[in-house]
Amino acid sequence: MQRKKTKLNWIDALVVLSIAIFVIVIVRRVESVLNYTWDWSKIVPFFIYVDRETGEWTKNLMIEGLLMTMRLAVYGIVASAIIGVVMGLCRISSNLFLRMVARSYVELVRNTPPLVFIFIFYFFLSTQLMPVLGIEELARSDSPTVQWLIRILCGDPVLFSNFISGLVCLSIFEGAYITEIVRAGVQSIPRGQWEAGKAVGLSGFDVMRSVILPQAVNRIAPPLANQFITLIKDSSIVSLISIQELTFMAVEVGVSTSRIFEIWILTAAMYFVICYACVLFFNWLERRAARARR
Amino acid sequence: MQKPIIKLRGVCKLFGQFQALYDVSFDVKLGERVVVCGPSGSGKSTMIRCINRLEEHDSGEITVDGIELTEDMENILSVRREVGMVFQQFNLFPHLTVLENLVLAPMRARKLSRTEAEKTAMEYLERVRIPDQASKYPAQLSGGQQQRVAIARSLCMKPKIMLFDEPTSALDPEMIKEVLDVMIELARDGMTMIVVTHEMGFAKTVADTMVFMDHGRIVEVAPPSTFFTSPKSDRTQLFLSQILSH
Repeated sequence: MQRKKTKLNWIDALVVLSIAIFVIVIVRRVESVLNYTWDWSKIVPFFIYVDRETGEWTKNLMIEGLLMTMRLAVYGIVASAIIGVVMGLCRISSNLFLRMVARSYVELVRNTPPLVFIFIFYFFLSTQLMPVLGIEELARSDSPTVQWLIRILCGDPVLFSNFISGLVCLSIFEGAYITEIVRAGVQSIPRGQWEAGKAVGLSGFDVMRSVILPQAVNRIAPPLANQFITLIKDSSIVSLISIQELTFMAVEVGVSTSRIFEIWILTAAMYFVICYACVLFFNWLERRAARARR
Repeated sequence: MQKPIIKLRGVCKLFGQFQALYDVSFDVKLGERVVVCGPSGSGKSTMIRCINRLEEHDSGEITVDGIELTEDMENILSVRREVGMVFQQFNLFPHLTVLENLVLAPMRARKLSRTEAEKTAMEYLERVRIPDQASKYPAQLSGGQQQRVAIARSLCMKPKIMLFDEPTSALDPEMIKEVLDVMIELARDGMTMIVVTHEMGFAKTVADTMVFMDHGRIVEVAPPSTFFTSPKSDRTQLFLSQILSH
C-alpha cells in the first residue's frame, strides 16, 4: 500500500493552474467570439434594490425565487418522506393489494421522465383537483389572516394553487424513490431479527416498531439524505408549470436583461450553497447519531 | 398416562417441490427433554420451527399446551409466548443493550412494568452467569455470552417449553461448554426442552428421549440408553457410527 498523500505537490498545482487558465480562456472567448460584455452590476437590482418611494432595501425577483425554492425544499422533504415511508411499508406489506398499489406507484413514477410526469400531473390532474379540493377558494378567501398565512408560508396567494400542485407533484415524484429506499432499508435487516422478535411473542407490529425500524433507520439515513438533495435540485423542474422559484426567476431575469451568463452562474451558485449546506447538515446529523449509538 | 404438552399429528411441510416434513407424528410430555438429531436437511429445524409457527405446516395437526396452531393470529401469539426459542445465530437485537433485549418482550407482550421486567431479567442473567454484561451491546460480547443472553431472553417470557435450534453450531469450541452447562442446568430444573443438536455427549446426559430424523421423517424414537447402544434402524446406526467415530 502506498502512503496516503497528505500534502499537495507541484503536479497538483500544475493541474489547478491549467484548469484556471482554461476557464480564463473560455471567459475571454465569450467576450471576443460572442461579442459579450460582462456586466454584473445590471443584475444586482434583481436581487435587492432600494425602493424609490420608501427608501428601504427591498428584495427582488431572485431572492423571491430563492425563498420559493426553499419552501418547496422544506415542504417537499416532509411530504415526500411521509409518502415514502407509508408507501415503503405498503411495498413490504403482507396484503397483496397494498403491495400492488405501492409497486404500481413506484414503477409508474420511476419509468416516466420527471418533466413528462409533471406535465401530465399538472394539465390533467391538478387543473381539476385543485378546485374540487377547495384550494382555489382558500386562496381567494377574504380573511386577512388566511391571506397573510398563505403569503408567509407559500408566497403570493394568486399563485397558491399553482404552488400546491407543484409541491404535490414534486413530493409524489421524489416519494417514489424514497419508497424504494425505505423498502430496501427494511428488507436489509436479516430475517433472523423478525424470527427472534416473533419467537419471543411480539406481534408483527411490535417487531416492526421495536426491532426492525430502529435498525433500518440507520441504514436508510444516508441514501435518504442524498434523495433530499436530489429533491432540492429537481425542484427546478416545476418552473415549467409556472411555479416562481429560483430557476423560473432566472429565466425571466435572463430574458429581460440579456445577462445570460451572469444570471445562470449566480443561480448555480445559489443552488450550490443550499445543497452544500444541506450536505454539511446531514453529515453532522449522521456523525451525531453515530456518536449517540455508542 | 400424562397428557402430552406438544402433539404433532401427520405434519407435512413443503418448500416448493421439496418435502421437508413427511407425515411427522410425535408427542412431548411436560418436563420431557427431547434431543433431535439427524443429517442436515433431514427436517429437524423445520419440525421445531413449526412448533412455534416460524414455519407454517401444510397439513396435519400441531397442538401446543392445548392450543391448536391454525391461521388464527391470537392462537399463534399465545403459543409463542409459552414457547421460547434459541437460534443457531443467536439473533439478539443489536441496537439494544443486553438488558433491553431481555425486557422488550415481557414489557410489550406480557405488559409488565419496566421495574418488574428488569428484575426478572437480572435474575435470568444471573442464572446464565453474566449479570455484569447487562448494559453492554450484543456486539461487545463473545459468541458464548451472546447465546447465553439469547437463552435468558427466551426465559424472561417464562415459557413452558424451550426449543433449541443447533444452539452451539455457530460457536467456537471453547465456548460450547458454557452454553451447554446453562442448558443442562435448565434441564435439571425440569424445563420441557426440544433440542436439535449434534452434541451427543450433551444428549446422553440430558435426554429422556432421542429422536432421529432423515429425509423429513422420524426414523427412530428411543430413550438414549437403547438409542446409542442398539439402534433399531440401519440408517440410525450409520449416522451414529459416522458422528461418534471420532
